[in-house]
Amino acid sequence: MKRADDYQQRRAHLANLTDEELYERFWSLANEIVDPLLELGRKNTTPSVERSILLRMGFSSIEVKPIVEGVMSKGLMGKGAGNVVWRLSKKLGCSVREAGLLLADGKHWDDVDTLF
Amino acid sequence: MKLEPNKKLDIKELLKDLDKYEPKRRGWHWREGRNEKRTVGDFEYHETSESLKNSIPLPGSRGFGYIDPQPDCVITTEIASGRFEDDIRRMRMAAWHGADHLMVIRTAGQSHIDSLLEGTNQGIGGIMVTRKQVRASRKACDLIEDEVGRPINFHSYISGVAGPDIAVMFAEEGVNGAHQDPQYNVLYRNVNMVRSFVDACEAKKVMAWADMLQIDGAHNANATAMKAWKVMPELMVQHAINTAFSVKVGIKPANIALSTVPPTAPPAPCMRLDLPYAVALRDLFKDYKMRAQQNTKYMESDTREAAVTHTLNMVISRLTSADIQSTITPDEGRNVPWHYNNIAGTMTAKQALTGMDGFREMVKIDREGPLGDKVRELKERAILFMEEMIEVGGYFNAVEQGFFIDSGEYPERNGDGIPRQIEGGIGYGFIYERDEDYFAPVSVHYGYNNIPKEFAKASDAIGGDTFEDRSKIQYIDELDEHDNVNVRLKEVEKYYDTNLVKPEVEWRADGTVLLTIFLPLDERTAEFAAIKCGEKMGLEDVTVVHKQSIHPSEGTLCEVKGKVNFDINIDELIIPEKPHVLSEAEIREDIQNKSMFVVAATVGEDEHSVGLKETLDIKHGGIEGFGIKYEYLGTSCPVEKLVDAAIETNADAILLSTIITHDDVHIKNMKKVHDLAIEKGIRDKVMIICGGTQVTNEIAMEAGLDAGFGRGSHGIDVASFLVKRRREKNA
Repeated sequence: MKRADDYQQRRAHLANLTDEELYERFWSLANEIVDPLLELGRKNTTPSVERSILLRMGFSSIEVKPIVEGVMSKGLMGKGAGNVVWRLSKKLGCSVREAGLLLADGKHWDDVDTLF
Repeated sequence: MKLEPNKKLDIKELLKDLDKYEPKRRGWHWREGRNEKRTVGDFEYHETSESLKNSIPLPGSRGFGYIDPQPDCVITTEIASGRFEDDIRRMRMAAWHGADHLMVIRTAGQSHIDSLLEGTNQGIGGIMVTRKQVRASRKACDLIEDEVGRPINFHSYISGVAGPDIAVMFAEEGVNGAHQDPQYNVLYRNVNMVRSFVDACEAKKVMAWADMLQIDGAHNANATAMKAWKVMPELMVQHAINTAFSVKVGIKPANIALSTVPPTAPPAPCMRLDLPYAVALRDLFKDYKMRAQQNTKYMESDTREAAVTHTLNMVISRLTSADIQSTITPDEGRNVPWHYNNIAGTMTAKQALTGMDGFREMVKIDREGPLGDKVRELKERAILFMEEMIEVGGYFNAVEQGFFIDSGEYPERNGDGIPRQIEGGIGYGFIYERDEDYFAPVSVHYGYNNIPKEFAKASDAIGGDTFEDRSKIQYIDELDEHDNVNVRLKEVEKYYDTNLVKPEVEWRADGTVLLTIFLPLDERTAEFAAIKCGEKMGLEDVTVVHKQSIHPSEGTLCEVKGKVNFDINIDELIIPEKPHVLSEAEIREDIQNKSMFVVAATVGEDEHSVGLKETLDIKHGGIEGFGIKYEYLGTSCPVEKLVDAAIETNADAILLSTIITHDDVHIKNMKKVHDLAIEKGIRDKVMIICGGTQVTNEIAMEAGLDAGFGRGSHGIDVASFLVKRRREKNA
């Protein structure tokens, strides 16, 4: 879009605001803009968010990649990759670390189908 | 492991047991002792912080007893050699000059890699950010902060498609600050917008836990915009979006810093353009921190010009406020920063900020005049920008329509912004809605988390995560057997703690040197003649890194870089022994037993007096303090007058000072005094010594004098020599 500088016309509704009112308006607009973006973050997850969770569960960057890829191909990202590993450990009666390593190694993905 | 000032940092020792290393602390550190008056040397300071245990003061400190007051704000330097083992040495050097925010740049392209990287591969324009390199660098910072006596903030980047992964690794490894701004990913890295903001929620949440300071990415709009002074309303909008977003995720305002740059530089009337912007920003963002960056947009290859622009930037910092004063190396316009230019940038900041200490108590911003009007206008333009964003349906739609980085000053639009697609970009299509039974068993997490009822908190499900139990962190050493630090160390092994040395600017023994050459030629011819000069001097890979026309035909200044292909064996150097200096008591005793009288002057047409006065004056530790009496004849003293005075007063010694060296006038004057003393028959009786910044003992002796004292000499050195020489003469 091309447009000449129409600042003088556009500012008419701001002209009578005090500096404090201008300050309030600035921040209320900024908050209005970011609210829907935060809502997206609350409701959704991504491969990197899930990898970051697995890292904190005690897996290396090399181990987290195949686990998240497996979870994606099983269509279980909505459950959480950490959740998948945790539930598998309960099912197999092993530690969380052991369960994750099995998945990273391509094993027990059939069991994953039965977790949810 | 502990650092000793006179020993090099041992990289091999640093790498030992790195797999078990735990960072000493977490979180950002502001300087101690701000907002209090402090006496350093002869002066009271109003905007300083606690002094350092070990540091190198500014050159000018010689006239003030070598004081090294430290400004109140944190000072940043950005390091980008691409090899962490060389970055670390530079960090240590920078810390000694007053930098306490060490920012390590990432290798080109890392933001598009959808994973953490591991190992110590060499980077381009920065290091590959990996756990091993971060841990080794933080370990070095832990040692350096003990050495200088002030905590060091280590900083890098949490951006790209692996933002949350990097945030976690940084939190675990004690990184203290990071750039994090989803808008940066969208506008400059074409990462999908939705992905970028969803990832940012988790990354910021982790940063909040780790008490990291966050710096936004708005300064990039300044560097990218065609006319940087037109982008100011948009810059405020970008700052506002990342700030509001970060607060809502949970980062405390004190840890949210705006990356702000004075947008213009001379020959634009930059202060008049940049100051209202700085004021408007500080009005609107009064609850947040200002990271004052220096202008890079209008930097060319002239390091002098860069230093002036950056000094003007710091006038704005001192007139308004800066919590962090970032620095740009003066050579950024010609190459990846070199070691000593990180130090040059840091010194420029320390010099300018210290020089303007308390400036605001005397010079105030006048809001009544044109500045106030401009401040108001900028704020209104930013508000209008956000109003239109909401009108078109919010942030994503505004980006799609090319609202950002348009070269028009909003609301003017030139249609040349950077548009990005909601359904496009890197990482598009990898957004997954969380189900009702979504669960993330970690202690820190943003958004919906269905924690099973049996657990008080999510991470109880796994018996604690790495934030609660460090032993769970998985450390990877190396993945690439050819490209790693061990291979690189082997390649330059002959320069590690051996007698061999090579010049360097970036990496150990890179061999690079810089030459300054003036040629009485036009610019184009001079450029090629300069290369030839370098080649004839035996340099390899000769490149002109800077040229400045001095006149279209009379001359051009060139700076040329090249590599030397030899080593220096320091064992073969002939270094004159440093003279043994007598103790103060011994000198005093000698003078008490037998008095001594000297005549002193700055000779020739030379008005410099400071050095000689310091050598004489009791207050500055001069020879007077040891009981030596003197007659000072002032500056621009004819040599005849000085020698005659020596005869009249029956002086034991003549002290002459000479600073000007044009056409070797300093050497000529030394010889004149020596010859005149012979002519007048007093040379055998009188000791003649010379001092000055360009004087060495060797030059003085060659001119026939008894001794010469150069840069860094003190009264005690001169007094000690006089006493020892008199003993020899009387023996």
